[in-house]
Amino acid sequence: MINPNAKLNPKMFDKGVLEAPIRRGFGEGLVVAGERDENVVGLCADLTESAQMLPFKQKFPGRYIEVGVAEQNLAGVASGMAAMGKIPFIASYAMFSPGRNWEHIRTTICYNNQPVKIVGSHAGVSVGPDGGTHQAIEDIALTRVLPRMVVISPCDAIEAKKATIAAAKTNTPVYIRLAREKTPIMTTEDAGAGSASGTKDGADRGTNHGNGQISGTPFEIGKAAVFFQPIAGKADVGIIATGALLYKALKVANDLEKEKIGVTVINLSTIKPLDERAIVRLAQEAGAIVTVEEHQIAGGMGSAVAECLAKFAPVPIEFIGVKDQFGQSGTPEELIEHYGMGESHIRAAVKKVLARKRR
Amino acid sequence: MNDLDEAKIKELELKANDIRESIIMMLLRAGSGHTAGPLGMADIFTALYFHILKHDPKNPEWPERDRLILSNGHICPVLYATLAHAGYFSLEELKTLRQFGSRLQGHPHRDFLPILETSSGPLGEGLAQAVGMALAERINSGRSSQKFFYALLSDGELDEGSSWEAAMLAGKEKLHNLIAIVDRNNIQIDGFTEDVMPLDDLRAKWQAWNWHVLEIDGHSFEEIIGAVNQAKDIFEKPSVIIAHTIPGKGVKEFERKFEWHGKPPNAAEAKMALAELRTLGGKIKSEHQ
Repeated sequence: MINPNAKLNPKMFDKGVLEAPIRRGFGEGLVVAGERDENVVGLCADLTESAQMLPFKQKFPGRYIEVGVAEQNLAGVASGMAAMGKIPFIASYAMFSPGRNWEHIRTTICYNNQPVKIVGSHAGVSVGPDGGTHQAIEDIALTRVLPRMVVISPCDAIEAKKATIAAAKTNTPVYIRLAREKTPIMTTEDAGAGSASGTKDGADRGTNHGNGQISGTPFEIGKAAVFFQPIAGKADVGIIATGALLYKALKVANDLEKEKIGVTVINLSTIKPLDERAIVRLAQEAGAIVTVEEHQIAGGMGSAVAECLAKFAPVPIEFIGVKDQFGQSGTPEELIEHYGMGESHIRAAVKKVLARKRR
Repeated sequence: MNDLDEAKIKELELKANDIRESIIMMLLRAGSGHTAGPLGMADIFTALYFHILKHDPKNPEWPERDRLILSNGHICPVLYATLAHAGYFSLEELKTLRQFGSRLQGHPHRDFLPILETSSGPLGEGLAQAVGMALAERINSGRSSQKFFYALLSDGELDEGSSWEAAMLAGKEKLHNLIAIVDRNNIQIDGFTEDVMPLDDLRAKWQAWNWHVLEIDGHSFEEIIGAVNQAKDIFEKPSVIIAHTIPGKGVKEFERKFEWHGKPPNAAEAKMALAELRTLGGKIKSEHQ
């Protein structure tokens, strides 16, 4: 069952679930962050609209810098602005930032300890028809290996908005991973926060707790959250998912409930620092883990989970992700299926890890 | 500059000579590091820290200070020696260069020495940071800001495309308070710059990105200070000073030899170099008397 404490979208499993691009939440969050702190500045490398910086540019033209198609410069200029007390957000496609400009991020931002926020849009194969050159499936690995870097991979547009606002308040470098296509809205906003889903029908809102206060899904950098849990008793398997694929994991868990397989699903939106306590607790309870991410298995979120569990609670793990391949053109759904990240694959991984656990 | 009389020039020349001696001693003690670049840039660093920069060694975090961003971090012996001679820390500490736990890392790192404006070493990254600082200053103080941002670059690092990405943006943004100084010493690790990867026409390249270009003898205090003064007067453009320097300057045996880019002197070479610099120091003193 959906964890009531997570205050998720109650219509999540309905047909025609509300959808919005995760990247849009960043665009809305940046405006809020800019309203709250005049030191927030935006820098973009010729992808203002696509990387969702247009609302910020329109609202704060004097705090917006266009650097042209020059991602290395994007990182270095932001570092210099941070050195003067600014809170720079730099946005591009994940393949180019942190892909192209990785060493500039390492030296001028992380090594230099400047709190620049790096926003990588169009991550994952679900970028679709643009093909493999534009599908970043290495960015989690590239960023989580950097000392001081915080790595956040929001599951939907609302969480992306919250992550953006929260990132502006941190004094460290942060990487925020975004996706291009519309994906289901799982979480809810706080009342009065405006809708990152782009609609006003209230489907993405939280529940009214009787005191007139409407609060949405809690978000805190570094905190994993249980989104789904068995109706009663212990979980037979734990699924740890990040990004939009979390939705598929939740649907699988919902289906398996009918088969009397108890599944707990964790939304691991912060990949670094890792919420080791939540991960270890889940592994100890369930005794078997499946990780789900739209990223190379090597070096990704699943690897981070495995590093943690190998040390504190070794249990069988199955990894859903891209298996040492590049992406290609196709629709997002075709590509998710082709690379083994669909619901059927998650379900098979659950069955497989259960079998390994019982061996 | 009215106060740039003969006595002041002599004072600066002697200071630069002291800094060169410190560089030789540091490198000898460290047993590794770069010799040619630091010696070649000693006059420019002296001019900056002892005449040009608005700064306060007793209050390194003074918000109104000018910023000096060293891009080619490998010439840090000259930065460290100049900072010590300017009073930021003791001359004694210079002996710790490149040692474990030292604040004077092999390439500058702000974690260890927080008075640095930036950490550096990987080439082609300093100008972008200086551009970012100048942009932030414009947002804070508008276009009449009199806080200056000095980016010190090597000629070899202009092989890095990222240097030109930053140059383009500075030209577009007309950052009047950004002054780049290129150490045009014509050497890099693999040989002479024009053999490894020709940079000329260097002046035309900067002009093409809308920079005001000045070209000087990087060992003449009058020219260094005069060029900076002129750069400060240019309002609609960033300025670049192409400073022609002699790598290894001050020690005849090291001068103009690219072999001295990345190695330190041994004991005998250091002894010879120090003797030569001391003689030079004596000559400066007597010449101006």
